[in-house]
Amino acid sequence: MVAEIPSVTADSAYRMSLWSRLMTDRNFLGFWFMLPAAAVLILFLAWPLVLGIWLSMTDTTIGRPGVFIGLENFDWLSDDPVFWLAVFNTFLYTTVASIVKFLLGLWLALLLNKHLPFKALLRAIVLLPWIVPTVLSAIAFWWIYDAQFSIISWVLLKFGWITANVNFLGDPDNARASVIAANVWRGIPFVAITLLAGLQTISPSLHEAATIDGASGWQRFRYVTMPLLTPIIAVVMTFSVLFTFTDFQLIYVLTRGGPLNATHLMATLSFQRAIPGGQLGEGAAIAVAMIPFLLAAILFSYFGLQRRKWQQGGRD
Amino acid sequence: MKFTRRDVLQTGAGLAAGAVGSRLIGSGSAFADDMMSFKPEKGAKLRLLRWRRFVQGDETAWVANTKKFTEKTGVEVEINSESWEDVRPKAAVAANVGDGPDVILGWFDDPHQYPDKLVPLTDLAEYLGKKYGGWYPVCERYGKRGDEWIGLPLGAAGACTVYRQSWVQDAGFETFPTDTEGFLKCAKALKAKGHPIGMALGNAVGDGNSWLHTILWGFGGKMVDDKNKVVMNSPETIQALEYVKELYETFVPGTLSWLDSNNNKAFLAGDVAATINGISIYYAAKTSDDPKMKELAKDIYHVNMPQGPVGKPTELNLFTQAMVFKYSKYPNAAKEYLRFMWEADQYMPWQQAAIGYITQPLRAYEKNPVWTEDPKHTPYRDCVKNMLWNGYSGELGYASAAAMADYIVVNMFAEVCAGDRSPKEAAERAAKRSERYYRV
Repeated sequence: MVAEIPSVTADSAYRMSLWSRLMTDRNFLGFWFMLPAAAVLILFLAWPLVLGIWLSMTDTTIGRPGVFIGLENFDWLSDDPVFWLAVFNTFLYTTVASIVKFLLGLWLALLLNKHLPFKALLRAIVLLPWIVPTVLSAIAFWWIYDAQFSIISWVLLKFGWITANVNFLGDPDNARASVIAANVWRGIPFVAITLLAGLQTISPSLHEAATIDGASGWQRFRYVTMPLLTPIIAVVMTFSVLFTFTDFQLIYVLTRGGPLNATHLMATLSFQRAIPGGQLGEGAAIAVAMIPFLLAAILFSYFGLQRRKWQQGGRD
Repeated sequence: MKFTRRDVLQTGAGLAAGAVGSRLIGSGSAFADDMMSFKPEKGAKLRLLRWRRFVQGDETAWVANTKKFTEKTGVEVEINSESWEDVRPKAAVAANVGDGPDVILGWFDDPHQYPDKLVPLTDLAEYLGKKYGGWYPVCERYGKRGDEWIGLPLGAAGACTVYRQSWVQDAGFETFPTDTEGFLKCAKALKAKGHPIGMALGNAVGDGNSWLHTILWGFGGKMVDDKNKVVMNSPETIQALEYVKELYETFVPGTLSWLDSNNNKAFLAGDVAATINGISIYYAAKTSDDPKMKELAKDIYHVNMPQGPVGKPTELNLFTQAMVFKYSKYPNAAKEYLRFMWEADQYMPWQQAAIGYITQPLRAYEKNPVWTEDPKHTPYRDCVKNMLWNGYSGELGYASAAAMADYIVVNMFAEVCAGDRSPKEAAERAAKRSERYYRV
């Protein structure tokens, strides 16, 4: 008995100290502070993703719960020319649009970084294509590309440079070029404004030092601006590639994937098969097939473009 | 169309009950066997999802009829509308999650994609059929699964050949021919006079599917036979492809990119002499404030879509029908609502307000004055009578819906017109694509 009393007090003292120790323990607290965010992420991002992947391995159709069929949907798709055409289109669309957006965006950012009159106004205007809801700008492009009433055709006809309306969306190659152009128009502001923000973090003293060392304009861009901008470029291009890869609205309004499925992207094909077509499992499989490509794009930019060596202009 | 004595009697009886009878007798009081009604559940409230109006009159009349229903029964009906192409996905989601509007006005084979989720409407459909001269055969195809009605056909947004009378006469034809051969000749003559025609060859859900299926079936080609076996790659299909390729020569440039609304714009701008479309072009011109448009309206005439060598109408039109979902807490109220809206007292004025956009599913409504008050409306009267169904001559279901959503038929014709594939290659490819959906 006598011996137990101190042990109790010691225990409670220990507990007190455990509590207070926990309250100051970074790992313990960190876990609890992270929990709400993690719950949101799991509930609204990870879980739907898991469900999507599950759906892609079933033969669910609208109105009928499916059964697990393993990789049959993927096997089935691998033998579907329309699916491969959509994959090809998606890659073409993403690659060309991303490169053009990057080049024009960078150029625009460099221009806007100069001391221009009405700088603030100009920057605001540049953002416009990005702010306008995609569906609205897509409808505008639909008119611009119209087979009969295209303003571009009309102007060119007036100048006498062409003899018939340009068949913007009626010819597979033209249609691809046209939707890419519309996507570029819409995507440039995002790239330009973000790169502009990056440019403004570069200290002018670096440029001054380089100038004193006799660096030419190109050398200053190549050895000062570019390396310092690389981390931002990595982030911007990751997002840009993701947005482009998963584009839907523009295609849906302009062509519905036509003509001859020449502009069907994986996202639009997935929708077409899953919802109007009712093949939920197959549609999910097409969507899931996008994940590896998206992951690869993200990994490339995070592990590749953020490497110090690359940033400093070196090679591995 | 041969009329039997029975048909005539039925139509007569339907008419008596519908147009005249209701006015004489007054709605409410009725003969015991001529009046069916369902007792709405206590405190029932309904939600209806329908496609957004093509014309204002449709919506106004629908809302007015619904208000009448609410006044009579005390059942409130909330009407939501969505653009017509968006109703399908919404209905599908409702069916899948088991919650949503009590009644949905869907399209095509919707009910056959989730038959188990729908309240059978057999008693109601049989009652209406009996009272109003019978359903057209295609309605039974769309509405019934086995012996049970799972959808209640509302009608179809029909398509006809829409043309400029003066140009057609200038090209040496009295009216636009209604057989495929004459159709082609007339199109060529128009083209020679500098007036191309044009129909959608892009992924146009409505127009593209309508006219191309009509032609395909007109030549005897079809995707599947009665046993759902793929028979797309046939000499008949190839003939249809060759026909459309020749017809394509008379088209205005750019039709491969056309979606549903392009032909309306091109026609009204005078860029094409003829197209295949709903009554919307005529209506837009007729109700326009622009005197030039009003003048144009006088020159617009309609004939039914061309019949092919099979020698009978093979049209596909946008077919719409009502579905009552099992998750609804008030199925009786929903059925009563549908019954009320389909009765002549409501249906006929509604159809009139929609100025011919919707062709009736019940024979008795052929006599609706909307079809004769302007003779230009008349061809649209027969759009449902002339129809075949999605996935003809197979069954309606997952496969027919999926094959149509994938634009297999539209793509097949477009490939040939674009010169990407020979008719034979295109038919082979389309057959392969169809087999993906019709696999066992």
